[in-house]
Amino acid sequence: MSSSRQQIFSNIRRGLKRDPLSGERLDQVRNRLAAHPASTIPARSQLPPAEQIALFAQMATEASAELIELPSLDALPAKVAEFAAANGITELVSASDSQFNQLDWSTATEVTLSHRVARAGDLASLTGSFCGIAETGTLMLLSGATSPTTLNFLPDIHLVLLRQSTIVGSYEDAWGKLRARGQGMPRTVNMITGPSRSADIEQKLQMGAHGPKRLIILLLRD
Amino acid sequence: MNNAPTPPKVGFFVTCLVDLFRPSVGFASIKLLQLAGCDVDVPESQTCCGQPTYNSGDRRSTIEIAKAVIDTFDGYAYVVGPSGSCIGMLHQYPDLFEAADPYYERARALAGRAHEITSFLTDVVGLARLQTAFNGLVTYHDSCAGLRELGVKQQPRQLLAQVEGAELTEMNEAETCCGFGGTFCIKYPDISNRMVSNKTANAEATGAALLLGGDLGCLLNMAGKLKREGSKMEVRHVVELLAGMTDQPAIGESAADLAYAAGGR
Amino acid sequence: MQIHSPEFKQRAGDALHNAPLQRALGNLREGFPVKRAAAVARMPEFEQLRNEGRDLKNHILANLDFYLEQFEEKVSAQGGKVHWARDAEEARRAILDICRNANAKTVTKGKSMVSEEINLNDYLEANGVTPVETDLGEYILQLRGDHPSHIIAPAIHLNLDDVSNIFAEKHGTPYTDDPAALMQEAREMLRRQFVAADVGITGANFLVAETGSTIIVTNEGNGDLTQTLPRVHVVISTIEKVVPTLEDMTLFLRLLARSATGQEFTVYNTLSSGPRRPEDQDGPEEFHVVLLDNGRSEMIGSDFQEMLRCIRCSACMNHCPVYGAIGGHAYGWVYPGPMGAVLTPKLIGVDQAGHLPNASTFCGKCESVCPVKIPLPKLMRHWREREFERHLSPAGFRFGLGVWAWFARRPALYRWVNRSSSWFLRGMAGKKGRIRSLPLGKGWTAWRDMPAPQGSTFMDQWKQQQGQRQSSASTTKGKS
Repeated sequence: MSSSRQQIFSNIRRGLKRDPLSGERLDQVRNRLAAHPASTIPARSQLPPAEQIALFAQMATEASAELIELPSLDALPAKVAEFAAANGITELVSASDSQFNQLDWSTATEVTLSHRVARAGDLASLTGSFCGIAETGTLMLLSGATSPTTLNFLPDIHLVLLRQSTIVGSYEDAWGKLRARGQGMPRTVNMITGPSRSADIEQKLQMGAHGPKRLIILLLRD
Repeated sequence: MNNAPTPPKVGFFVTCLVDLFRPSVGFASIKLLQLAGCDVDVPESQTCCGQPTYNSGDRRSTIEIAKAVIDTFDGYAYVVGPSGSCIGMLHQYPDLFEAADPYYERARALAGRAHEITSFLTDVVGLARLQTAFNGLVTYHDSCAGLRELGVKQQPRQLLAQVEGAELTEMNEAETCCGFGGTFCIKYPDISNRMVSNKTANAEATGAALLLGGDLGCLLNMAGKLKREGSKMEVRHVVELLAGMTDQPAIGESAADLAYAAGGR
Repeated sequence: MQIHSPEFKQRAGDALHNAPLQRALGNLREGFPVKRAAAVARMPEFEQLRNEGRDLKNHILANLDFYLEQFEEKVSAQGGKVHWARDAEEARRAILDICRNANAKTVTKGKSMVSEEINLNDYLEANGVTPVETDLGEYILQLRGDHPSHIIAPAIHLNLDDVSNIFAEKHGTPYTDDPAALMQEAREMLRRQFVAADVGITGANFLVAETGSTIIVTNEGNGDLTQTLPRVHVVISTIEKVVPTLEDMTLFLRLLARSATGQEFTVYNTLSSGPRRPEDQDGPEEFHVVLLDNGRSEMIGSDFQEMLRCIRCSACMNHCPVYGAIGGHAYGWVYPGPMGAVLTPKLIGVDQAGHLPNASTFCGKCESVCPVKIPLPKLMRHWREREFERHLSPAGFRFGLGVWAWFARRPALYRWVNRSSSWFLRGMAGKKGRIRSLPLGKGWTAWRDMPAPQGSTFMDQWKQQQGQRQSSASTTKGKS
């Protein structure tokens, strides 16, 4: 196998008519990697914050996500209970983020929160999010101890808490935030734009292929 | 003759298909060039631009032909031809030569002064108000090479707008290939037929009496199909209309058809 | 996938007369190109991004060895394993070994054209491992024993009743022609498979050197379930897909969705960076990346290097009038349309795939929509040059070309040829302005009339006029 590796690299270098990079050329590419320069960022993604938030809402809605306004974090349990009741949800598989655990769920009597990985057959899940990207109304979610990735994909309905203060303009802004965590890459970074869909049957768009059929964004105006 | 500016010296590249099938396109082009104040010459040693050998992969022959074309058109301020694909081919010549070859610079120079006729008459010289009139609906097919290699799109439309009474209606998929493609239509006739059938259907759907274009290969292809389909739609090169030379039979038609049409209108 | 490219003409002919296929292709023509145009109109920077995409890909290829090394280092550092495969055989073997080590009975698969290229499914089946396609289109095709005809919409050649029929047959459910109901059926059937799979195999749209990540781009979410639920996640990718940084990946993502389906952004863009972390509650325990060469490294420094810029968006085939007329199966292998016409001869040989770069009018539409500005017609022409050099084009054709070129360098003789041809064709046309049947031109006159020449050639007429002018005027014309 290592000889395959050798063969491949020697083919590449033969084609490029050079030996492995060294000296100044090597420094150049190393520096470029470290500096990770951005290419052109669309003007659309460089709006002032208020416009950015409005753009996020517009683009997410266009992608068929549903937005529910959340005036405060304390209002979350009531909003969730309301949604659950309206949609026949009695169990919510939930991330175990402290932001959720700290809240008073006592009034949400008709729906139980289960803190576990999702299973086939789960109707609905609740997670947080790392940030929102206004450019295309995209949510960025990171896998982690409190938020298993299956919560984002197995249930039919995915409720996501998005803090307005975490909405950025472009994907580049999001990568900046991710690097600033200083924790390296999580196993999974999900960028999610609306619910699952497919047009594989006669080019007609249908929602709910394998991922969630509905994506509900609880937009917290913080 | 004392203070008048020297008329630009144009070497006219007639192109094989015009030479063989439709000389009136050549005469119409020259008439327009002269109207625009050009001094037009037709170098006798011209033959072919080299597209057939180039697109068939015979690079060696293409290089020989390119050298001949470069030599033939030496000394003219401009080289103008009634075909986007042939002039487009002249623009490819630099790729045929190594940078050190003297023909390389000459090829680049030729490309710089080689123009398709409608873009020449709009972008380079100005054509004074055309004195032609035409009563009727026309539609325009954008030949691929002219469109994508030379950027010919608005220019023929600008010129047509000057023709009194000519109303341009755009067809669906005006920019989609008509299926000629040089040897393609012979090597893959079934696929070519599908493409030209789509094109004629789109052209006829406009209701226009006349289909115009800038490349005789495309025009022969579309006219041949329309005639086989029994269509009465006429096909001409756009310069014929611009030069007021529509009294000749349209492509694929004869004097008999002309008489019929004249009697029928 | 079995190779049928030599039968291109036959298959194209069949496709042209296949009414259901033509109906399906009509959907394509009205769909993707229209959506792409709308998406491009909405992003004023799009043309700038195309230029940057082309330049960035060129930079990557010029430093491909460096970026692949970086990628491998980072993957290993995060607990993943990189396997290098020179060819299809090595890649299949590597994947089977991984499956065997995992005692895998079934494996779920995200959509991967590379897995088609290496014939992975047949190989796994033959060796006791059952692959289950999870992309809806690929799933439908697997049930039918069919193969993809498009690189992002694999079942685009099918109509609704094809799907209704195969589901009724294979699922044992009542026949339905409601697309929503059909998708619900597939969702339920595949859920069980997702959960039961021991290994999940995905492709990768890009490999990110900076972070040792692979990224998959789907609308369905099947790739995500494939790579999250099983114990082992295998990524199969070719080597030219590496990009340096997350920002670089972002440039290509901006180009990809718009060029492919006309979406602003695909629903699920997912980065995978190694196996699950100790604190994760789900995710695979093993992360493998199989990097396949299969001819790519040889394209570096060759006339075909530019083809390695391809990001597999499908814009070229969506806009190609030839693909639009005959569909993808006519091309006879994995990659159809203009990108297939350039890549296939490289991967399976121009002697097998020679028709593909020849069945083009060089209209240039493909190049005009390629997000990374690959000069596809030029590359197809290079194949025609190879064929010509190797005498692979038909002998009669070569001879005819040679004759033509000979005359084209001898103006006086060329005049004579045109003069004679004009006379001959006018003779055939008679009083009509056209010819219905040409003995040597059956390719043309089978479907079209041949317009007749107007009269004598332009050059003859011009010379005559000049002669008349000269005799009536005292000054001579000529170039000075």
